[in-house]
Amino acid sequence: MDLNLDAPHSMGTTIIGVTYNGGVVLGADSRTSTGMYVANRASDKITQLTDNVYVCRSGSAADSQVVSDYVRYFLHQHTIQLGQPATVKVSANLIRMLAYNNKNMLQTGLIVGGWDKYEGGKIYGIPLGGTVVEQPFAIGGSGSSYLYGFFDQAWKENMTKEEAEQLVVKAVSLAIARDGASGGVVRTVIINSEGVTRNFYPGDKLQLWHEELEPQNSLLDILNAASPEPMAM
Amino acid sequence: MTFTIPIDNGDSVKTAEADSQRTLYPYVTGTSIVAIKYKDGVLMASDMGGSYGSTLRYKNIERMKAIGKHSLLGASGEISDFQEILRYLDELVLNDNMWDDGNSLGPKEVHNYLTRVMYNRRNKFNPLWNTLVLGGVKNGESYLGMVSMIGVSFEDNHVATGFGNHLARPILRDEWRADLSFEDGVKLLEKCMRVLLYRDRSAINKLQIAKITEEGVTVSQPYSLKTFWEFKAFNNPTAGAEGSW
Repeated sequence: MDLNLDAPHSMGTTIIGVTYNGGVVLGADSRTSTGMYVANRASDKITQLTDNVYVCRSGSAADSQVVSDYVRYFLHQHTIQLGQPATVKVSANLIRMLAYNNKNMLQTGLIVGGWDKYEGGKIYGIPLGGTVVEQPFAIGGSGSSYLYGFFDQAWKENMTKEEAEQLVVKAVSLAIARDGASGGVVRTVIINSEGVTRNFYPGDKLQLWHEELEPQNSLLDILNAASPEPMAM
Repeated sequence: MTFTIPIDNGDSVKTAEADSQRTLYPYVTGTSIVAIKYKDGVLMASDMGGSYGSTLRYKNIERMKAIGKHSLLGASGEISDFQEILRYLDELVLNDNMWDDGNSLGPKEVHNYLTRVMYNRRNKFNPLWNTLVLGGVKNGESYLGMVSMIGVSFEDNHVATGFGNHLARPILRDEWRADLSFEDGVKLLEKCMRVLLYRDRSAINKLQIAKITEEGVTVSQPYSLKTFWEFKAFNNPTAGAEGSW
């Protein structure tokens, strides 16, 4: 099995952005791979652009980092000139500008999500090629293939903040279960009029899926538990 | 590894070393557009799908947009290139309005502009990966034309792109008439769209029909078509020959 440690860093990834009644919830896994090797098992793929706009990054780690760096820089200047927070739409359009005009060189799919006072919570998907699509929810990355059916069934309009975050965590966790390029922890970022909240869900906080077993410290614990001992009630 | 300096000229960020760009292949694509002239103007139909390879990824993409007061542009192919074309046309219409001379761009002019854009990109080996359908009505005259990604451009009474070329045009050749009413026109387009739904893998069952008349441009709400599966032969097709299809 060839590890190919010289392969470009790619975030196989599962990224999700969901609107709810009052804001947005962004979610992602935390695996960055170099070929078959996991270069970073705790990456943060949800990157800040402004106080109120974040972007989920997928595809080439380098490309997505440099695009978001440029856009953060542009938005910073734009905010100063404008005199007020940038809108989610403008942020999405700046990402689109770079993604479209450099489409031959970039390999990154992005989901822009945030809250502004004009439109409230908004999610914009920007896949390969530089198309911009405003959506009530967006999924991306290699892990998203396993979530189309799930969202078709589970998504509903006007969820509460708690429902939306639970949906995102469940979805990323399901994708991690089946996509080799996704893994690690589930990170979420909730953005609304009140501000931004970051959450972190390590594997042991997540529900178990098909063919997954309860994690143990050692086989010895199982063997000892199985031997006939009076049950302590 | 060259360091490229972005030059912000207001519209796009270009690199200092002009990279020889070429669109190699499309990513997010729209499928067929079908359009016909009818008694009062032009009717155009498209579904709302954006495919990503074989995945039907986006199901709410509007592939027909009004241009100015008199025209409607429908696009199949790469959606990001269609979005860029809409930006070009926005600038065109804006400049036209700024003259403030009472004139407004008609479908003939818009079609000509698009033809030049598409053909010139083709010559630079960097095409906009679309087939465009331009319909409109100005001063009582109906207009319907098409431009492909290689700059082939023509007008006709009925046009179709993509799979529509193979599945819709034979129907239109047979059943189109110059004096179609709105209702008959819609039914004819729906007949074509239904066939495309059955036989085009990238078609989705969510479509819009747009109408352009002297009064202006209207795009319908999204809706779905009923499909028919009750042919007896569909029930047990392999009864006499197990393993066949």
